[in-house]
Amino acid sequence: MYRKKGKFTGEGVIPYSGEGSTVTIEGAAVCTQTGCAYTGNEAVAYAAKQCNVDVVSAYPITPQTIIVERFSEYVANGEVDTKFLAVESEHSAMSACVGASLGGARVFTSTASQGLALMHEVLYLASGLRCPIVMAVVNRALSAPINIHGDQSDMMGSRDCGWIQLFAENAQESYDLTIQAFKIAEDKGVHLPVSVNLDGFTVSHATESMKACADEDVHKFLPPRESLFKVDPTTPISVGGMALPEYYYEFKRQQEEALQLSKLFVNRVGKEYGKMTGRRYGYLRTYGLEDADAAVISLGSTCGNVRSVARTLRAKGKKVGAIKLWMYRPFPREELFSAIKDLKALAVMDRAISFGAPQGALCSDIAATLLNTGSDIKILNMIYGLGGRDIPPSTINTVFTDTLRAAKTGKVKERINYLDVRE
Amino acid sequence: MSKEKSLAEKMKLPWKKMPIAGIMFEPGSTVEYRTGEWRIEKKPAINQDKCIRCFICWIVCPDVSITRQPKPYKNYTESVEVDYYHCKGCGICAAECPVDAIEMVEESKVVP
Repeated sequence: MYRKKGKFTGEGVIPYSGEGSTVTIEGAAVCTQTGCAYTGNEAVAYAAKQCNVDVVSAYPITPQTIIVERFSEYVANGEVDTKFLAVESEHSAMSACVGASLGGARVFTSTASQGLALMHEVLYLASGLRCPIVMAVVNRALSAPINIHGDQSDMMGSRDCGWIQLFAENAQESYDLTIQAFKIAEDKGVHLPVSVNLDGFTVSHATESMKACADEDVHKFLPPRESLFKVDPTTPISVGGMALPEYYYEFKRQQEEALQLSKLFVNRVGKEYGKMTGRRYGYLRTYGLEDADAAVISLGSTCGNVRSVARTLRAKGKKVGAIKLWMYRPFPREELFSAIKDLKALAVMDRAISFGAPQGALCSDIAATLLNTGSDIKILNMIYGLGGRDIPPSTINTVFTDTLRAAKTGKVKERINYLDVRE
Repeated sequence: MSKEKSLAEKMKLPWKKMPIAGIMFEPGSTVEYRTGEWRIEKKPAINQDKCIRCFICWIVCPDVSITRQPKPYKNYTESVEVDYYHCKGCGICAAECPVDAIEMVEESKVVP
């Protein structure tokens, strides 16, 4: 299962073709798709339904509630034969998921914010025991003070948990990434859990038009799960054993290799999904980077705003671009570098504070990407949108102005900019 | 202690060859783990002459390291022996023995 490391040559970097379409059709779509109007949450629940999930164990929390609500309706109506486990907390939800997944089941769950924080301990078990669980994380701020609105502090707090982490921009991507997540997670070369992140309320509660595949096409794309191992009385195994200093390190090294190599599968599945639906996925999506001096990189729902502002500025002749990161872990270092290497300045949008750190989490990863490459790209770090603070086009406009100035002068004024905070 | 290589030594594989997710495909492998290595300074020594075969030590040992052997000794049909491969040297047996037949001795001392 350990393949020789492939060469990464920009594969998985998908440019936007044409002006501003959020969905790019590359070649004719081969499957029939139905137009529908769904919120991000409904889209995720619908995707999970089509994926023939065996077990769902979840606990409701705003703004994820509707995923669980909708899915339990499917169960109550007999539309799915899923075993729905109503548990007393998120800690139990993830524990039940780990057990079910080790038993060979296809498992789905969903949470947000404090719920994810309560799961934190078990997240490491899921990845360490190589359980291909898929979890939708509806990103929400963390207490205190208590807040139910969108920011990415929750997932950034658990970013080292060994999960593959994907970020969706809208309802369509939430749907698409959920289906792909099962295929990625369950591949025998991966065998790791995947989280699909969607921004609380901005994506989870906004109704958008999107396209959904037919059930048969999803079933064909995603055959029933086969596992490398499972807890089964006919072939008994022990899982969750102790590994003291002589062994633990080797297991963790092995797990890291599996996570790093999983990116090849993320791209392969994105390509296959593109062939089926016409929507090609990969690691990141670029807009206007072919001639840009300055660009902005972001995760999740903000990418739409950034692209929209970039389009306006490009119409005025400014050389700007935008980057959307679909896959945050494993971090697509080589591919991102190949996309940004010709820029003069790059603004990194972080929707979470990494307290006490030199920069935001995403910015630290980008700085590490550029380390020892001899690159002289000026990096600006923008913290924004905490606790659901709106991020209007006017603010993104100032980000582009600052980035263009840095590109021109080669100087960065502030180490971190806190956008739209009252001074 | 046995001079045979413990499972811990035999199993020191490079990371690529370790079983996925630390799964154990065979039952009961913990018995091969040499917990006797954890012992520091002292080990229990049983005086077979003083021992009255009450088996209290056998009951109280938290690591099942006191064993009953079918070796006749004087009037007794059984002997009580220490499994040094697993004994962690906690000393509970010595503390509980009602006739002081168990003594915690230096690790280097040769025990019959």
